Amino acid sequence: MARVKVQEAPFDIAAETAALLAGRQDIGGLGCFLGVVRGTVGGRALRAMTLEHYPAMTEAAIAAIAAEAERRWDLLGCTVIHRTGRLAPGEPIVLVLAAASHRTAALAATSFLIDWLKTRAPFWKKESYADGGEAWVEAHAADDAAAARWEG
Amino acid sequence: MSGYPLHLLYFAWLRERIGAGGETIAVPGEIATLGELRDWLSQRGPGYASAFAAGKTVRAAVNQVFATPETVLHPGDEVAFFPPVTGG
Repeated sequence: MARVKVQEAPFDIAAETAALLAGRQDIGGLGCFLGVVRGTVGGRALRAMTLEHYPAMTEAAIAAIAAEAERRWDLLGCTVIHRTGRLAPGEPIVLVLAAASHRTAALAATSFLIDWLKTRAPFWKKESYADGGEAWVEAHAADDAAAARWEG
Repeated sequence: MSGYPLHLLYFAWLRERIGAGGETIAVPGEIATLGELRDWLSQRGPGYASAFAAGKTVRAAVNQVFATPETVLHPGDEVAFFPPVTGG
């Protein structure tokens, strides 16, 4: 059963990693993906990124994605934390941890989790630029392609 | 069939164009599916027309589960409309 959290507050990678490893010796590898707000988008300086989500649905959607990862790989632990609200460049947005007895499963599950999260969890990003403009981020075909490679 | 209530939610630019995050409305009984609801909503006013304009990709969920235009609606359903997701 994965640990899933959606929150405005920052998260502590060291504490989350320690929580997955606590009291067990069967974990041989822990895959980690940390998503961070970039300071420029297409050459345009970014002032902030605001994440909106669908509260009644978000955690259940992430839990379903994590359950699929647990079905595909023998995971010994899984944590997904996604932040919402207004974030500045350099701030972490999302943390994915997947623990397994060996690195192959840990890394593959981590990659799968972030690919599906990007295309199947109800979050929407709005960019606020240093020049005062704002725009909703468009879904990327590359993200759909990355998610699709796990299908079939 | 008489009208029935639905709880509607709008996110991201759909929320901005419609000017509300959600509403509970009575829809005509002849509206059976999500696709029919979308077509009906698009005629409720300029904000709705803009949000549901042709060529705009709009996704939806019924009772917090991703749905398709063919999804059949029931009284009291929570129906959310939103752009393709961009989290992660």
